[in-house]
Parts: sequence; C-alpha cells; structure tokens
Amino acid sequence: MESLPDTPLLEMRSVSKIYGGGFLQKAGKVALKDFSLTLPMNKPRIVALAGESGSGKTTAARLALGLLEPTSGQILYKGVDLHRISRREALVFRREVQAIFQDPYEVYNPVYKVDHVFNVLVSRFRLAPDRAAARPLIADALRVVGLDADEVLGKYPHQLSGGQRQRIMVARAFLLKPRLIVADEPVSMVDASLRAAILSIMLKLKEEFGISFLYITHDLSTAYQYSDEIYILNRGEVVESGDSQAVIDNPIHPYTQLLIRSIPIPDPDLKWEGKLEIELENVPE
Amino acid sequence: MAVRGVSFYVRAGETFGLVGESGSGKTTTDMAILRLIRPPARVEGGEIILGDTDLQRCSEEELRSLRWNRISLIPQGAMNSLNPVMRVKDQIGDAILTHEGRLPGKVLRERIIDLLHTVGLSPDVYNLYPHELSGGMKQRVCIAMAIALRPQLIIADEPTSALDVVVQRLVAETLKDVQKRLNAGLILIGHDMGLQAQMADRIGVMYKGQFVEVGPVRAIFKNPVHPYTRLLISSIPSIKQKHQPPPAAAWEEIQQAGPQDEPGMQEVEPEHFVALSESIALGSAG
Repeated sequence: MESLPDTPLLEMRSVSKIYGGGFLQKAGKVALKDFSLTLPMNKPRIVALAGESGSGKTTAARLALGLLEPTSGQILYKGVDLHRISRREALVFRREVQAIFQDPYEVYNPVYKVDHVFNVLVSRFRLAPDRAAARPLIADALRVVGLDADEVLGKYPHQLSGGQRQRIMVARAFLLKPRLIVADEPVSMVDASLRAAILSIMLKLKEEFGISFLYITHDLSTAYQYSDEIYILNRGEVVESGDSQAVIDNPIHPYTQLLIRSIPIPDPDLKWEGKLEIELENVPE
Repeated sequence: MAVRGVSFYVRAGETFGLVGESGSGKTTTDMAILRLIRPPARVEGGEIILGDTDLQRCSEEELRSLRWNRISLIPQGAMNSLNPVMRVKDQIGDAILTHEGRLPGKVLRERIIDLLHTVGLSPDVYNLYPHELSGGMKQRVCIAMAIALRPQLIIADEPTSALDVVVQRLVAETLKDVQKRLNAGLILIGHDMGLQAQMADRIGVMYKGQFVEVGPVRAIFKNPVHPYTRLLISSIPSIKQKHQPPPAAAWEEIQQAGPQDEPGMQEVEPEHFVALSESIALGSAG
C-alpha cells in the first residue's frame, strides 16, 4: 500500500451502522451514527473510545477491524477504502491491524499449548521458514510484554494466569509488527491489580515501536491514564471528544459530566458529591 | 485451605470492605459466615458471632431463621438470580412470608411497596416481571429482598460489578442509604477500590486466604504497610492524577513469595493491623 505522505493511517468518515430495518420494515437499530475518526500515519496515538453498554464503542471497533461493513460512510486504511480493498492489500491490512479482545480465554483452544497461537500466525504470514527459526521471533515478542519464553511456551492455557494469557495475546499481536492494535476492553476480565501493568505495555508499544491503539473501554480512569485522545460515546453518538486529560478534567457535555460524577474515586477523602440529578428509570441503558 | 485464621468484626451501622484478588478467599469467608459452606469443604474452627449468638453452634433450624432475619446476603450476580417467572411482588413477598408466616394481603402489599420505595423504585414495579426491569432496577429489587426482614448484618458480594457506572453509583448509594436506616452492619465484598473508598469505613485486604492488613479506610489508602496492600493501592488508576503504575514484575514477585506460615497481626496504629513477618520490617510504614 503506497500512499501520499499526509494520508492518515486510519480514517473513519461519517460512519453509521444500522442493524435490521430495510424496505417496508420498521426502522432498524442505530448502533453507530455519523462517526468520524482519524489516526495520523507517522504519529502513534492511543485513542480511547469510551462509553457504557450499548454506546456503540464495540461496533466502532469491529468496523475499524473490517469485521463489519458500515451502512453508510467510509473506512480507509492508508487511503484505501476497506470496502474496495484488493486481495493483496487486504493481506497487508490483516497483518498491520491487529485485535485484542476482552476474554483472552476464549481465543485459546484449550487442547493446544499456547505455542499454537503463535505458530498459526508464523505459518499464515510466513514469518519464518520453520519452527526453529520462528522461536527467537516469538521469544522476542514475549520479552516485550514481560514474559519469559522458557516459562510460558509449552504450557496449556489453563496453566497460565489471566494476566499472563492476556499478555500473550498482546505478544501475539506484536509478533506481526502491526501499525494499529484495536483493543476491546482488554483488561476488564483481568484482576484489578494487574490491569495497570497490562495497560502500561500499550504505552510501551506506542512509544518504542510506534504502534497506535484504539482502546475501547467503559473505564474512564484507565482512559485518562493511558490514552492521548478520547471519544465519549452515548447511544451510538459521539457526545464529546478531544485530548483525554482535557475532556476528563473539564467535561462540557452533560452526559460526560454525569459519567465523571459517577466514577468512584479511589480516595476516601474525595467522596461522591451531592446527589445525581437523575432517576434510575431515566439512565440510558 | 481456602481461608485460615480470618478474624474481623463489623459494628452496627458500619461498612467493612473485604478486598482481594479473585481466589483470595473473599467469597469463602462470606459463605462461612452464613454457614453455607458445603461438604467436602468445612469450617474447621473458630467462632462466628452475631450479636450474642455463636453461629457455629446454632442448629440448622436456628440458622434458617437467622438467615434473612438477622443476616442477609446479596450474592454475586444477584440480579440474575431473580426467578424469571415470578412477579417482583411475589419474589419479595415470598421472602417475607417464609420467615414471618401468613400476613393479611393488604399488610403484605403495603410492606412490599414500602420496601420498593426505600430502594428508590416506583410502586409500578410491584407487578412487573424481572425481564421488564433494567439491571440497576433488578439489583435494587435484590436489595429490597435483602432488607425485607430488617437484618442486623448485610453481606453484599460485588453488588454493582455488572452495572454501568452511573447505575453503579445509584445502586451503591441506595445500599448505603438502607444500611443507614436499619443501622445494620454491611460487609462489602469486591475488588473495585474506588467503590471501597467511597463506601467502606474499614477495609480488610485478603491475600491467599489470609488477611494481610485490616484498618480504617483512610489508613489503608493513605498509609498502607503490607507490601501487597502497597502494590494494590499504587496500581489503582484515577481520573484525578496521572501516575506511573508498578510493573507486572512486581506482582509476580509478590505472588511467588507465597503465604506466610503463621502471620501475626500487629497493631501499627489504632485499629490498623498488619500481618508482619520478620522480613517485613515495621520501618517500611509510611
């Protein structure tokens, strides 16, 4: 994929996704409405898509991964519309854009050793001529996420902790030297104590290896700590976006303000203030 | 052994936060309090005292009347434990009738509507089925059931973990509110340290089936002493300030260290207890 110097890495232009509906049917369900986002080519960014359940954040992630087709709007990777991508370009996209999902356990096949998740990639993308040659590549990827190949390879998924399994997923994505990793709630199944450690790897991959991230989360605290830019989504629409720290320190949209006022601050001296001016029945679900 | 040598108390009107990783023994501890531990697991020793009653010595019959009446449990994922084919009124009514015997219909109805009001639900909910309610409303119905018999002690196991953040705050405040009204003790189990900071008066940190530190909420957050607690506190992300979390290696190191054989709890300041072995010098405090 050759592209002009100022072409963005990823561009989502007024993307909408509507489920159901159609001729003579009642209106479909709008999962995402008029969503636009740009990731620059040469300046790695961690962009958080934050929202509650049903906000459309996972839909946006699946669209960016090319797993869903937009109902309207365009998604371009290095200037090429994912909808009109050639086979050769698609292979590049599949390699350069990786995903990490919420439940690392689901990705593993329990009857295979964890080596399997790496071996599949090595042969599919011809990263090395044989297993012996692939071993140092895999060991290197594991080292980047703070794991020792001698300790984890050769084990079955159930012999590893949840934190280790999720870090192996990051190593697997890293093995392909991607430009972009879409991480959908990557730490919500991991024990709270280990979340920070795993998210720090995301920072490291951005800073040392120039990998950009779409970080999908319901947790504004980690978005605040780890992302450069944030999009707050509510019912499929972006209500506020911008520099993560600026948006969270000084939220302007009432919905963002409501979210931030609801977060339990881990400081017994900063208790929830006042009462929320909202009834349970009126909280968007 | 899932838990051992666990000692703590909860005062009337007080919230005791029980925190720890998955598998640290939080839920085992609350099941032990309710004597719901099933064979082959068993409680080997110790006393569990509620007011002036030793639960370990109660007969099954006595226990049955104690549960709900004096202690109630909001189990993990409570909202999914509602019976899908029973209306809200029947679910709450059942809990009352089982323990108090027959009541005139009108009295029961008023009592249920009053309970719904207490947890911030409108009387319209009375006739609804669980599937007609949102997650937060279902969780409030579970709280209404738990307080129906005005217990002295409420045990809430991750009462808001499946809820979105706005609903979480509303439900957490509801729980706090009903606790205050009843002047009941509350044991709040969960690993969300933000929620613990907001709700708990005292906190017990469990690690590998033992308490490593017990103390007032401010002491635990501002002056943690045990290495595990310190790591736990320094890992919490906040929207108030950016900070550098400890690396994964620090966690692995502490996990390999394993539990101590006979950790003695030492009082490092009033009501603040730490399991200290010789390797953890007191000087590391603060």
